[in-house]
Amino acid sequence: MSETLASAIREIAQACGNDRSRMMDIVEAVQAKFGCVSSEAMDLIAKQVSTHRVEVESVVSFYAFLSEQPKGKVVIRLCDDIIDEMKGSESVAEAFRQELGIDFGQTTPDGVITLEKTPCIGMCDQAPAALINNEVITYLSGDMAREIVRKLKKDPDPKKLIGRLGDGNNAHDLVRSMVHNNIRLAGEVVFSTMASGAGLKNALAMTPQEVIRDVKTARLRGRGGAGFPTGMKWDFTRQAPGDKKYVLCNADEGEPGTFKDRVILTEKADMMFEGMAVAGYAIGADTGVVYLRGEYAYLRALLEDALAKRRNAGLLGNDVMGKKGFRFDIRIQMGAGAYICGEETALISSCEGLRGDPKNRPPFPAQKGYLGCPTVVNNVETFCKVARILEHGPGWFAKMGSEGSSGTKLLSISGDCAKPGVYEVPFGIKVREVLDLCGAEDTAAVQVGGPSGQMIGMNQFGDPICYEHLATGGSVMVFNSSRDVLKIARKFMEFFVEESCGFCTPCRVGNVLLKEKLDDIINGKGAAGDLDYLESLGATVKAASRCGLGQTSPNPIVTTIKNFRSAYEAKIKAPAEEGLQPTFDIHAALSTAESIAGRKSVHT
Amino acid sequence: MSNTITFTIDGVEVTGQSGQTIMEAADAAGIYIPRLCALEELAPHGSCRVCTVMVNGRPQAACTQPIAEGMVVENETEQLLAIRRDIIDMLFVEGNHFCMFCEKSGNCELQALAYRFGIAAPRFPYLFPKRDIDATHPDIFIDRNRCILCGRCVRASRDIDGKNVFEFVGRGFDKRVAVNAEANLADTDAAVTDEAVNVCPTGALLKKRVGYAIPVGQRKYDHKPIGSDIEKK
Repeated sequence: MSETLASAIREIAQACGNDRSRMMDIVEAVQAKFGCVSSEAMDLIAKQVSTHRVEVESVVSFYAFLSEQPKGKVVIRLCDDIIDEMKGSESVAEAFRQELGIDFGQTTPDGVITLEKTPCIGMCDQAPAALINNEVITYLSGDMAREIVRKLKKDPDPKKLIGRLGDGNNAHDLVRSMVHNNIRLAGEVVFSTMASGAGLKNALAMTPQEVIRDVKTARLRGRGGAGFPTGMKWDFTRQAPGDKKYVLCNADEGEPGTFKDRVILTEKADMMFEGMAVAGYAIGADTGVVYLRGEYAYLRALLEDALAKRRNAGLLGNDVMGKKGFRFDIRIQMGAGAYICGEETALISSCEGLRGDPKNRPPFPAQKGYLGCPTVVNNVETFCKVARILEHGPGWFAKMGSEGSSGTKLLSISGDCAKPGVYEVPFGIKVREVLDLCGAEDTAAVQVGGPSGQMIGMNQFGDPICYEHLATGGSVMVFNSSRDVLKIARKFMEFFVEESCGFCTPCRVGNVLLKEKLDDIINGKGAAGDLDYLESLGATVKAASRCGLGQTSPNPIVTTIKNFRSAYEAKIKAPAEEGLQPTFDIHAALSTAESIAGRKSVHT
Repeated sequence: MSNTITFTIDGVEVTGQSGQTIMEAADAAGIYIPRLCALEELAPHGSCRVCTVMVNGRPQAACTQPIAEGMVVENETEQLLAIRRDIIDMLFVEGNHFCMFCEKSGNCELQALAYRFGIAAPRFPYLFPKRDIDATHPDIFIDRNRCILCGRCVRASRDIDGKNVFEFVGRGFDKRVAVNAEANLADTDAAVTDEAVNVCPTGALLKKRVGYAIPVGQRKYDHKPIGSDIEKK
């Protein structure tokens, strides 16, 4: 075994040029082949790429899809987010537990099947869903879960679980998944037809500065959520000193409730690659990297195929489209289950083969990014927009949307509505119009922008969705009047506690404290000063955290206190007994003390 | 000279050199900005966030933020003191700190900061995590109960000792400092003479057999609060 492990690791590392910065590829390959990255494997990898063992452990222990302990040949990861829960994931969980005879976090005694929960896998429009190795199983039910376990026990090949295929490229031979696109509203920009090269050809006829000028004129802002002006970002990167520059595409959409990039990657990857090539030309880069979230590994072969087609058509490689001296190619970097890697500097760390810790800013990626070189990081959707802007001109794009938020936006809509799916809408659309489009009824609350965004009530349904009012990277979750906003907030806080990288104090500790206090309130132990406590603690976490995760993670609590204060107040009661705080249960404390002491208290 | 930069901290004009961080310039000007992960001899880390200041109205870490001409820095405001107090509280409740019998008492930067901020007890509930100790090394002792994840040992071992004995593993609340061996410090090339052993701000990394050697009354923070060495400049 050790010989096999040693020779396999040697081979894997050599295929990556024994390059320490390719650590993610190396550990992912070892994990896939051996079901873990064992202590012995860490030693071998460290030797092979000339680093320290603890550095390998540092990486492996960071990512949810990597593990030091052996996992089953089949890993079932049930999606654990609020939407899946609303659609019945708890009965699916129970069915898996019963049928497998194990709990979550465990592996069957024969070592074949591991059962886990995982945060949002980008399938909220077809929930409940699960990942079984790289295969996506959607619209799950308890019966289906039992059937899946029976099949896997006979033949532990998850590919054979796929029966009915989804629409569009989901049915492609290189994908063969049961995922549905659910494109409910095809807009003019992303979901209309574009010929390969139409945007790039126009770009190459201009100078790089002119390309950047067009992106600025279109007033394009980043579609990932932060909304930074794309042209400005490119300009900084172009002007930064350095011969080597990079274009990174953030395909790590992990914000619960977001799945629009999944649909772009399935149907419009060519447009995204074209936008990356335009960026490469504009900033003077010859290499692009797509950071693809581990949950979307089932799309990798399709993406590789799209890249190969572009290479064959002369749209990638040397002298792109006959432009002498312009060389550009793209590779795909797989992630391994870490929401934080959607933060651009954490994404860079991960691409460099490190833990997904965000980096200190300054320097910004435009000055010093991937491998220390000036780097542009944009979202999947942003690159698509770039390709169309170059094809049709900035004026065409800028006349869509609103003044401060030009163009269209892809929304991922899920929850209590008749038609969950992807909608391409002009910026400035009102929440109420969105609710009408998706067939939502009796809506009481809408989470705009995912957990890191805000939970709004009916009085804000007339507000427009755009950068200046209700900003969103794409997630729109709809909740009807039967839902408990406090429990939704708790689910979101659990997510942030799970996904904090732990680098800085306020986010690492503050989110745990926020979640515990919310638990107290939900469990009927809320005290009079608790809302002030939550608000002041939330303010500290937001102000002092190092990156966007911590700067927004208190939002589920802060925005529900702001917009649904009465839901909290209804839970907070006066002390049950004179002089006792509701957080302290004297009877429970006494019985614990009695069981330790082994005798009854004289105080009754 | 063009590389001289003038800015203000709480309204006081401060002059620094281009390339300096706010903390470096403030130190030189005799203005103390509280900190835990920062140490002059080490590269800035920006993890503890105790040095959070307002720069033109936006929060930034003084240890990583470079100075710029005309920038307006706030240091001792009500809001910032509250934020820092919260962070110090968080570090106390996150670990298991028992000052009364800790060898580092009186020389501990976390304890000294708490005193400087007038913290008698944290306002947050204790989280009582299960953390482990490592006493395998003949001369060095690790007590992770007292670790605040500042990364000083990680940086000192890597950048000064050239050894990479320590590194962070895990993430979020489960993040911890691991050693460059399967489990035990004894199996690394750590030596008691390493700078990494000297830089721990708390009692998480200690030299064996020298505990309580300094009598009460002569310890580092027995007479003057932390930061007074900078303020007297």
